[in-house]
Amino acid sequence: MNPDPHNYYLIAAYLAAWVIHGAYLGILVRKYQKIRREMKTLEKQGGQ
Amino acid sequence: MKRGITILAVVTSILLCVALYLALAQPDWPFGTPTERTMGYVQRIFYYHVPSAWTAFLLFFVNLGASIVYLVRRSEKADIVALVSAEVGVVFCTVVLVTGPIWAKPVWGIWWDADDIRLQSTLVMWLVYVSYLILRRLSTSSVTAVIAAVVSILGALLVPFVFFSIWFYRTQHPSPVIAHGGSLDPRMAVVLLVNWAAFLSLAGLVCWTRYRLEVAKREVDETQALESLMETSR
Repeated sequence: MNPDPHNYYLIAAYLAAWVIHGAYLGILVRKYQKIRREMKTLEKQGGQ
Repeated sequence: MKRGITILAVVTSILLCVALYLALAQPDWPFGTPTERTMGYVQRIFYYHVPSAWTAFLLFFVNLGASIVYLVRRSEKADIVALVSAEVGVVFCTVVLVTGPIWAKPVWGIWWDADDIRLQSTLVMWLVYVSYLILRRLSTSSVTAVIAAVVSILGALLVPFVFFSIWFYRTQHPSPVIAHGGSLDPRMAVVLLVNWAAFLSLAGLVCWTRYRLEVAKREVDETQALESLMETSR
């Protein structure tokens, strides 16, 4: 890539975009795990 | 259903890789993208900034449509679509608000222009939709979905204002480059559209996953409420 110092801004912008999307996907994964845990607890309670 | 999500995930991954390559490709690379003469390489932020903005606008319109359907029919599916589209729209709008100043600094010499109507209205629009999400998360009232639908209809009024503000007001923000006699190089336009297709695909995938997650969450909440009712009646 061109050694233009402005390239750092380009890299920073692309990285920032992926960090934001990654953070949101992380939140979704945590939500999914929480729902799975709750489903398992309900299944256990239903079996008793 | 699972197969559909897998196919969409594969298509999205391929599109995102191709879009990233095209956005960064030097002019002498295979399928290289021309570099803008005045701004140089930093102009390539455009390939993330603009498609993210278009995707956010589209999702806010989906939110508006779903909110109207909810108010008319009280359909739970419409309520979930409204919530999901607003949430994913806010994520894309956040990308716009973060990449914009990173682009502005080397080009304008400042991170943020407080007099620029496009910048201010985008920030206000983002705040309205963040408030909408906070309202939905914190309020447990039975009329939350109705209030949220009304807020989303009011918020949607801002979307065309943000979009057309650069036509009606003199701002530092660049003029439209595709419609209304825009002067974008056709090769750059192709890269822009490929990036938009990739972001639309990503938005579709995330919305689909988030929709299924919300349906599962509501089912769990209902079952838990039933269980606790049965416990108290015993």
